[in-house]
Amino acid sequence: MSTISAPLTDSRITLRRNLKHIFRNPVTIFNGTLMPVVLMLLLVYVFGSAFNVGEHYVEYATPGLILLAITYGLAGTAISVNSDMTKGIINRFKVMNVSRGAVLTGHVVATMLSSSVAIAVIIGMAFALGFRSPATVGDWLGAIGIIAAAAFAAAWLTVALGMAAKTPESAGLIVVPLIILPFLSSAIVPAAKMGQGVRQFAQYQPFTPIIESLRGLLAGTPSGGYAAAALAWCAGIALVGYLWSLATFNRRA
Amino acid sequence: MSVVVSGAWQGRVRGGADSGHMRNSAIAVSGLRKAYGDKTVLDGIDLDVPAGTVFSLLGPNGAGKTTTVNVLTTLMKADGGTVRVAGHDVATEATAVRAAIGVTGQFAAVDDLLTGQENLQLMADLHHLRADEGKRVVTSLLARFDLAESAQKMAATYSGGMRRKLDLAMTLVTRPQIIFLDEPTTGLDPRSRRTMWNIVRELVADGVTVFLTTQNLEEADHLAGRIAVLDQGHLVAEGTPDELKRQVPGSHVRLQFTDAGELAAAARVLTGSTRDDEDLTLQVPGDGRAKSLRALLNRLDEHSIDVAEFSVHTPDLDDVFLALTGHASTEEAIAR
Repeated sequence: MSTISAPLTDSRITLRRNLKHIFRNPVTIFNGTLMPVVLMLLLVYVFGSAFNVGEHYVEYATPGLILLAITYGLAGTAISVNSDMTKGIINRFKVMNVSRGAVLTGHVVATMLSSSVAIAVIIGMAFALGFRSPATVGDWLGAIGIIAAAAFAAAWLTVALGMAAKTPESAGLIVVPLIILPFLSSAIVPAAKMGQGVRQFAQYQPFTPIIESLRGLLAGTPSGGYAAAALAWCAGIALVGYLWSLATFNRRA
Repeated sequence: MSVVVSGAWQGRVRGGADSGHMRNSAIAVSGLRKAYGDKTVLDGIDLDVPAGTVFSLLGPNGAGKTTTVNVLTTLMKADGGTVRVAGHDVATEATAVRAAIGVTGQFAAVDDLLTGQENLQLMADLHHLRADEGKRVVTSLLARFDLAESAQKMAATYSGGMRRKLDLAMTLVTRPQIIFLDEPTTGLDPRSRRTMWNIVRELVADGVTVFLTTQNLEEADHLAGRIAVLDQGHLVAEGTPDELKRQVPGSHVRLQFTDAGELAAAARVLTGSTRDDEDLTLQVPGDGRAKSLRALLNRLDEHSIDVAEFSVHTPDLDDVFLALTGHASTEEAIAR
């Protein structure tokens, strides 16, 4: 086995393990998919007509719901990473000289794959509820790029949070802020309609540029400024998550 | 008189002076220090474990056993001292150390959502064994550890003893020369404990060096060629099990009486015993063997002395601790 291919091979082995976990404990993927779907039905059928967003509500809400489809699935990842840490699995891998980060990469890729299932369900639901988009193929590819970047960043941050938590139970709770954040962004209603203080927070937090860039792409009116801000946020969050989780991986025994 | 060597002692490998001519150290520790913040956990530990022997680190909870294992297995950095494992420095040659060792931690580190076979296969894959080689190793370990029948069941359904066996089997996939077992039988029922002991003996028969931590003197006695006793980060004693037990008061029989008259009568008959007038008990030293117990009971019977309760006390970790440190291990564990 050559040393160059070892990290890739090891990541593929740990990914296969993480995917087996997901298939054998489908309740996490079910939770991550069901909640955004329920929210979508509630927002579009119950609250949506009360929100004056200046457009067809399902078209307004879909980008935010795509982000919620990512964040609702994160608790499962945090718990699973923390169990590996606290139950000695990571120590076992460390003593086996498994490539640095392969264990973590496996979790990140598995999280992104399970997120993509939830996102596909949400997009399918959106079309069924009357979502129509004038976006070109290029716009759609751009949207997929933004979604993938957001899922990647969220997954690395969640892995870091899961490793830093003391117990699997607290790991499940530690990601709750990530689930709350999209609600305090322009996901459900425009930030301009929020109260003083919350509005400023909503305007400057990372989910708003991510959602706005997505909204622009899906509406066929892409905005370079939002896209740049979104990608910068995603790159920064992913980097922090990556460095933090590697540091915890190397330090904690 | 016939000399009976019980099964427990077969396959036992003694280290130390008698294997001196082939002495190469599997583990050599000198002046090991480790602190968490301002709390010193290991305060200058020196150890030497000859290759092919079983070495046991004996101590209560909080003595520093797991910290020692973590440093020796490259999982934790020492604050001072040198540690060489399989001839390599753990601080600067961690990769080489890891290639030579296997670790089974205090909690069975098995993947609950994988089957027993998949757990072993995962180790074979991560160790980059060729597919056919990996399959062969997995199959043979399942058979050796008596897990073949449950191989297709998820580890979550395994009993405590099976999980420990799977855990150890996973450690053996990489064919380590030196195996660290951190309290391998804690929480196991007596039968599973015996099975684990047999497995350890087989490993040593194959030439593996075993570093074992335990809270159980009996376990160290059964398995180890040498025992070191760890207390509050210091080694308070080191030697063969027999050397260690010689420092400990022997086993005794405790007799409980209902009135002072019976106690006094018994104390007169059983010379060399220690009486406690408040508790109405008498401690009679002895070797704990059936023959001497029968003699003792016969003697009480001859003198028509009525004993309310009768118990045999064999030396355990608490006695070792009391003898070596002057304080009980349980008090220490609670104080921490």
